[in-house]
Amino acid sequence: MTDLDDELPAWSLRRDDPRAGGLPRTWPHRIDRDWAWGGSDGAQVRVAIVDSGVDGAHELVGGVTRAVAVEVADGEARVVEDSVGDVAGHGTACAGIVRSMAPACELWSVRVLGPGSRGGATALLAGLRWAVAQRCEVVNLSLSTPRRETAALLHEIADEAYFAGSIIVAAAHNLDVRSYPWRFASVISVASHDGADPFEFLYNPQPPVEILARGVDVEIAWLGGVRIIAAGNSFAAACVSGVCALILAKHPGLTPFQLKTVLRETATNMEV
Amino acid sequence: MSTDELRAAVAAGALAAREGHRPLLQAIVEVARAIFGARASSIMLLDEATGELVFEAVTGEGEDTLIGRRIPGGTGIAGWVAESRQTLVVEDVTRDPRFAAEEARRTGYVPRGLMAVPLVRGEAVLGVLNVLDRPERRRFSVAEMELLELFATQAAVALDLLLHARRIDALLTGGDDHLAAVARLAGALDGLEGERRAAGARLLLEIESVLAG
Repeated sequence: MTDLDDELPAWSLRRDDPRAGGLPRTWPHRIDRDWAWGGSDGAQVRVAIVDSGVDGAHELVGGVTRAVAVEVADGEARVVEDSVGDVAGHGTACAGIVRSMAPACELWSVRVLGPGSRGGATALLAGLRWAVAQRCEVVNLSLSTPRRETAALLHEIADEAYFAGSIIVAAAHNLDVRSYPWRFASVISVASHDGADPFEFLYNPQPPVEILARGVDVEIAWLGGVRIIAAGNSFAAACVSGVCALILAKHPGLTPFQLKTVLRETATNMEV
Repeated sequence: MSTDELRAAVAAGALAAREGHRPLLQAIVEVARAIFGARASSIMLLDEATGELVFEAVTGEGEDTLIGRRIPGGTGIAGWVAESRQTLVVEDVTRDPRFAAEEARRTGYVPRGLMAVPLVRGEAVLGVLNVLDRPERRRFSVAEMELLELFATQAAVALDLLLHARRIDALLTGGDDHLAAVARLAGALDGLEGERRAAGARLLLEIESVLAG
């Protein structure tokens, strides 16, 4: 009945199509932390740090699998191999946090700030698009843009990531700043609580911020191979990226909405 | 020049607003320093044309030397904060030898700890508010972060006014723009008193009737 097939709307599915049945039922059952990431070390999960670059030689980072930079010239962006390292310290800090939680994960540095890129929306868009195209399962992001015309493009990338199975973990703003992509439903938006445990995270029933994690008084990796104490929502986001890497290493192929459900079920503030 | 801009230009010409905002920025950094018990505080303005951050108001360490000093955009802590629009607090940053050397070279003062918060108005990042070397008597809290950001909102409003006044000032002193000349006339009229002011007003009304005729 190819005629009928032809008449089906583009996104419809015949009921006798193999995809219409036979999906493995894994839930519902109790989802606790042991099920979610017990025994996981994050192996084979790619975590992209879209930021200021990463100093892979820092002892808390323990190497990066790949480092690229976005170069912008005449409004055109291209992604090139990067040997600059970190131009601000922040990317190294986030990478160190992710590594401390998911020691065997792959860290990919995508530098969108500093020489050659000068930050901005063009570099951010290109860096994110690249990380998603590389199938990085987790994309850690503290940057954002407020520009409406860019927001539409970011929205496309965030949705693309969501459908491709890449979860974007974005640091939220405390200020009442309209910026993107952290406000999008297709990403995980993270702000800080004041606890000291990197594995303590809270589900926030009042979005757009969905998860609260450790973001204050954090020991982080910094430039020059040192460790310093710091605070900021971006460090909370890195904690959540670390947890996501652990979960995805143990349960490859979880979709972003399943991952969000697992985070909610394993949040510290859920009733036992 | 749009009607709104002309109106603003007239207001700016009449009130000479530009320098009026400097004390406001200065007051903001001084209060920020006092609230956090810090050694210094500063406001940096983002230069859209070059991407650099420029010191606009400073209190405490560096207040004699830093005004007007520029640092390249996108790099360092303030550069990251301006790009990411994220508040960042770092302590013990002197452990980073490059940071220490660079700061010493740029500003002559190496802070141990630094709180930096973006100054945002609408879609634009206007600059960064820095609070340097708060006492280490207690760990930094979420409440302090909120306080800092509330404060930054106020600073952003002041900085926005300053930028607006500067833009208008540039229009007024721009030379051959006839509308700017009108704004200067309004400013001149506003500076007059008594009979001279009344005469000036009559003259302007005459000009208006001729031009409108």
